[in-house]
Amino acid sequence: MAQEIHGMVEKRGAGLWLTHVFMILGVLVIFFPIWLAFVASTVTQPEIVRPPMPLWPGDQLWDNYTKALLSGVNVPVATMLLNSLVMAIGIAVGKIVISLLSAFAIVYFRFPGRNIFFWMIFLTLMLPVEVRIVPTYEVVAGFGMLNSYGGLIFPLIASATATFLFRQFFLTIPDELAEAARVDGASPMRFFWDIVVPMSRTNIAALFVILFIYGWNQYLWPLLITTDPEMNTIVMGIKQMFPSGDDVADWPVIMATSILAMIPPVIVVVSMQRLFIRGLVDSEK
Amino acid sequence: MEKRVTFRGWWLPALLIAPQVLVSAVFFFYPAGQAIWQSLFIPDPFGLSSRFVGIGNFEFLLSDKFYRASFGTTAVFSILVTLCSMIPALFLAVMADRLIKGSGVYRTMLIWPYAVAPAIAGVLWLFMFNTRVGVVSWYLGNLGYDWNHVLNGGEAMGLVVVASAWGRISYNFLFFFAALQAVPRSVIEAAAIDGARFWKRFWTIVLPLLSPTTFFLLVVNVVYSFFETFGVIHTITSGGPQQSTTVLVYKVFSDGFVGQDLGSSSAQSVILLIVVGLLTIIQFKFVEKRVHY
Repeated sequence: MAQEIHGMVEKRGAGLWLTHVFMILGVLVIFFPIWLAFVASTVTQPEIVRPPMPLWPGDQLWDNYTKALLSGVNVPVATMLLNSLVMAIGIAVGKIVISLLSAFAIVYFRFPGRNIFFWMIFLTLMLPVEVRIVPTYEVVAGFGMLNSYGGLIFPLIASATATFLFRQFFLTIPDELAEAARVDGASPMRFFWDIVVPMSRTNIAALFVILFIYGWNQYLWPLLITTDPEMNTIVMGIKQMFPSGDDVADWPVIMATSILAMIPPVIVVVSMQRLFIRGLVDSEK
Repeated sequence: MEKRVTFRGWWLPALLIAPQVLVSAVFFFYPAGQAIWQSLFIPDPFGLSSRFVGIGNFEFLLSDKFYRASFGTTAVFSILVTLCSMIPALFLAVMADRLIKGSGVYRTMLIWPYAVAPAIAGVLWLFMFNTRVGVVSWYLGNLGYDWNHVLNGGEAMGLVVVASAWGRISYNFLFFFAALQAVPRSVIEAAAIDGARFWKRFWTIVLPLLSPTTFFLLVVNVVYSFFETFGVIHTITSGGPQQSTTVLVYKVFSDGFVGQDLGSSSAQSVILLIVVGLLTIIQFKFVEKRVHY
């Protein structure tokens, strides 16, 4: 019976085929820009500058990618990849660590000023870095942190989304666990390490995925504070690879760099799809 | 909500909360305070002293025709980005939801663009529509349409909208798809037994049930198009031609860093701050409602 009704709702035959056709068309349209970039990264410059460029990969893949990675335009792309990796991991780990600690303090202690801290942290949810760029830039410059990893990382971990997330989660941990720990005479930090952190594993992993992509994809901030090409991240460095004036851009190398810039976040998203979706839903709630 | 069981002591929690407070104070509250403070001053051209002007910067901004134009540009831009990313995403999600098998494969394919940074998306779309080498612009030229987003403001706007909306389709798809999967089967089946066809069911049952998700995505996408599309605009048009793609965040950047007009740039930051505040309030109001839904 259930089967029959199911069959009635999910139209079979022509309708089903049409649905697949629409989905495949949608995937193709959405994929086209990435495909074109990949093709451009496997052909020679003359093939691109005499339009229309081919729509099927050529045989220059190895040459273009080694050229990009080892020499690039201003600086080897390998250097930019390393900078991006340090920045993305620094932001993800830094934000998770400070948020775990402060959420633990806010949930498991009653100390004077606790509510003030809570609302202070809450306020930081509201202001993206784009809004306060000029004064933040001055602060970072004042500390001598231009062109440094610290300057790339710290201003971007000054927001409280993760603290909120952990607070929400800690509130769902049964009180009996804390009670038992206290009766056993365990210190708060022992409770934190042995119970709270292991229980938060999935949340930590989901948040890591989201924050890694957030850090990797930053553009404006690295653009402002890394004037030294050696410190460029890959996402902001691509724009710097375009020549100023009327020179022709080195398209195969630029497109190879674009592909290299999307590989790490794509791998993270696709391989950790379940955690990623969970992190997305959690962090937007 | 409070914990019944808590630990005693005050120095340990103070120590635990210190890193976050320190980072927020130095890199958040101080700069945000500075932005508000500087918005009340006009620095002299050499940056040696500044003159208090109260709300002078704001009065000037609101009467400045370029700034007002930038407001209009931002409104058009964010509405278009929101529509261009939500409608295709809803359509794809409805299609994927109809499939019993294979929707997982499509989902894996469709979430790719989310991982692509806005600035990289800008480079990809710039490459397709480049006036010299772009494939799409070349074919358009063959069809007799002379594409030139470097000179034509409307085309420039179209290009930054599509490039910004592209990655967002993945994001919206995930949320719509999850919401569709949560629509109770029994309701759909009941309507089907009553003879309601697919599109009839969609308009009268599914879409109203999706309204919390839709509203949530509306707000989130507007916030996205306000603040996170800088990379797209900077890589494709740099705000041009003739400021036709200069959105508010881009103007904060170009006045503050390129034009070195700190007073005006700070005043713009403060106005943006108010806009974000309003959007956040709308979002929270809605979230509260959703809890009781």
